[in-house]
Amino acid sequence: MKLMKSLLLATTAVVLVAGAAQAKTLVYCSEASPAHFDPGPLTGGNDFDASSRTIYSRLVEFKHGGTELEPGLADSWDISADGLEYTFHLHPGVKFQTTSYFTPTRDLNADDVIFSFERQYKEGNPWLTYLPDMTYDYYVGMDMPKYVKEVVKVDDLTVKLVLTEPNSPMLANLGMDFASIVSKEYADKLQAAGTPELFSTQPIGTGPFQFVDYQLDSTIRFAAFPDYFKGKEKIDDLIFAITPDAGTRAQKVLSGECDVAPYPNPADVAGLKANKDVVVLEQAGLNIGYMSYNTTQPPFDKPEVRHALNQAIDRNAIVEAVFGDAGAVLAENLIPPTMWSWNKDVKADAYDPDAAKKVLEANGVKEIQLWASDRSRPYNPNFVRSAELIQADWAKVGVTATINTEEWTKYREDGKKADRPGAFQIGWTGDNGDPDNFFATLFSCSAIGVSNYSSWCNKDFEDLIQKAKSTSDQTERAKFYEEAQVIFNKEAPAFLLAHSQVYAVTSKRVTGYQMDPLGIHRFDGVDVTE
Amino acid sequence: MIRYFFNRLLLIIPTLIGITICAFAFVRLLPGDPILAMAGEHGVTPERYEILKEQFGYNQPIWMQYFDYIGGVLHGDFGASISTKRPVIKEFMTLFPATVELSLVAMILATVVGIPAGIFAAVKRGTWIDQLMMGTALVGYSMPIFWWGLLLIIFFSGYLGWTPVSGRLDLRYFFPATTGFMLIDSLLAGKPDAFVSALRHLILPSIALGTIPLAVIARQTRSAMLEVLGEDYVRTARAKGLSPREVIGVHALRNALIPVVTTIGLQVGLLVAGAILTETIFAWPGIGKWMVESISKRDYPVVQGGLLLIALIVMAVNLIVDLLYAVINPRIRVK
Repeated sequence: MKLMKSLLLATTAVVLVAGAAQAKTLVYCSEASPAHFDPGPLTGGNDFDASSRTIYSRLVEFKHGGTELEPGLADSWDISADGLEYTFHLHPGVKFQTTSYFTPTRDLNADDVIFSFERQYKEGNPWLTYLPDMTYDYYVGMDMPKYVKEVVKVDDLTVKLVLTEPNSPMLANLGMDFASIVSKEYADKLQAAGTPELFSTQPIGTGPFQFVDYQLDSTIRFAAFPDYFKGKEKIDDLIFAITPDAGTRAQKVLSGECDVAPYPNPADVAGLKANKDVVVLEQAGLNIGYMSYNTTQPPFDKPEVRHALNQAIDRNAIVEAVFGDAGAVLAENLIPPTMWSWNKDVKADAYDPDAAKKVLEANGVKEIQLWASDRSRPYNPNFVRSAELIQADWAKVGVTATINTEEWTKYREDGKKADRPGAFQIGWTGDNGDPDNFFATLFSCSAIGVSNYSSWCNKDFEDLIQKAKSTSDQTERAKFYEEAQVIFNKEAPAFLLAHSQVYAVTSKRVTGYQMDPLGIHRFDGVDVTE
Repeated sequence: MIRYFFNRLLLIIPTLIGITICAFAFVRLLPGDPILAMAGEHGVTPERYEILKEQFGYNQPIWMQYFDYIGGVLHGDFGASISTKRPVIKEFMTLFPATVELSLVAMILATVVGIPAGIFAAVKRGTWIDQLMMGTALVGYSMPIFWWGLLLIIFFSGYLGWTPVSGRLDLRYFFPATTGFMLIDSLLAGKPDAFVSALRHLILPSIALGTIPLAVIARQTRSAMLEVLGEDYVRTARAKGLSPREVIGVHALRNALIPVVTTIGLQVGLLVAGAILTETIFAWPGIGKWMVESISKRDYPVVQGGLLLIALIVMAVNLIVDLLYAVINPRIRVK
């Protein structure tokens, strides 16, 4: 009996010790393999999830689950009265990660910040092309070369960003992934060793998790960074199990092999919601699905024709058929209602086929080319289906639409041509939560031939969005954008369809995970219960 | 035999040249290019597009690009991935063992089940067993892999919970890859429970991938066996009192195997094609999944390098099959 008692006690002790020593692991079923782990040259959301949002930090950060900015590596910042100088005060004592391949000898300082930006633009900087055929696409895409004059060290913990002209979205740009701060000391070490390419495969950052291992196309392992400047994370190990098929990802959460999985199939959403073993998170996506009319080509050069074509389309029917159970919010403006400066008084054209028919007949509109791509996008899961429904609606008002379907890459290439005929279905997912990222990117005059598929250049609209760009006061900026939305609505360079819902599935043991409007998947602040 | 081997080897050279041209042309025939694919919805200005075209060498005449590429290949340089910047050959060698492991297990499953099923159906010709087996084989052959794979996951992993949903190994196991073959690496790492886990992870993908070859092998074995069973020497063997097992196993099967071996060899190419879908569904980190992602990114070096390397391997396997064929049937050597 005594022996039994001892054995029982010993067993209990072993179980308790083992339980205490059990590391908390969270498995995230990511949708694709990362190209590598240096966020500077990367462009894909899945690349950023595995690099910038886990390993690195930025001067400013987007609030978890939102688009507002909060301090990151910079505790505070000052913007000069002329809007040309941004001075950042760095958090003292920020450690870089210590791994099997690098041991930092110093804390983060201004040199790291300068290096992180200069490597992306400064001619002659060896890190500008440290990998074959590399480009810093996001840095260029966000117009940083146009606005950034220089990055200057004031002292070890103060750094100044000098602009060529005022640019209010700059702060939001600095919260983006390409603006992640990397270690200059580590870069120098690799350069001296003649192995700069390791910078992209053996990353070192200041973020919540540090890199452990990557098995190509299979698994990425991270460990909580014990010296993270915002405090060590609750989970010890973070594993990305790369699972490209949406159906398989959902099954993995259901079977307990995964804790979090993004982007379930829209058709599976209702079934998953009904399942008591998992939690389906949803959020209005920071996106817009729309259809651009080429405003330089007849009959789309007349705003009344564009309005009439909009009025002829039953948007509810399209949303129901295309988004199904996943759902979407009908778009009233170009920006989603969750974004600041959304003008609540602006309403998109209401469905009114009778009124539309009169205008279209009066203008002799008979035939239209209607574009659709084979690709499913978050803002429009089925371009072809929506094209068919629009075609049917237009047929009711006497307009024959011919659907032109093309492969996705060619589609966009052909669609952006200034002389492209017809109505072109497209959409956008925001990068940084700033309205400029929608208005200027999609409908500024300078975006014609790049991402302004309507070839629409309206002086009043352009003046407003440029003023908003150069004004630092957000209330003032919001007024400009609200006015710009009124002009957009009046001119109707595009048919606005919807802002889609975005989903993620988690197991019930996950706590603190939040959907992010920017499409980021972050695991800082997340915990798992056993 | 040696002359036969060299004749077959010589035939590979023009085939390889043809494949390099096809692979090079095929990827460029796809709409778009890597620059546009990288730009995504942001788009790229015409000026920057031209700069990048020059940087990537896509402004050169196509024949020059081809000869540059071939020059590299002849020196063992298949280029670097536009997306990951890693050498194509390095990525291929990392991922290839996973595809081989899956394909081998699928092929073993197809052969071990397919040949006996074919023999059994032939022996029981015309009976309901024959009808059932061939009917099942036809269904198996007609089943789209992506649908069949998902069905297997939903039933065996989701409903019954018998097998893992996807991947190669339970995530709690973590050891360095030595050979890239998970079954071998787990044993080398001294983790027998990881070996079991690797084996369990192989079950569903190998069934999904092996179903079509299994159906083809079963049907081919049946028809070859039926032909052989009608031959005079089989009748003689039976007449001299040999047991049915000896007649079928020793006399009939060896001759019936000749077309079956050819069929198995031809299935290798199909296995690679099937692996593309299977690997995507089961998140299997092999060359199939790698190629699919590279095509969508217009990653020219990966697509053309991957196609060339896959073609080389398929040809090598077919060469081995041809040699095996000659071993089984001595008349072929003489011809």
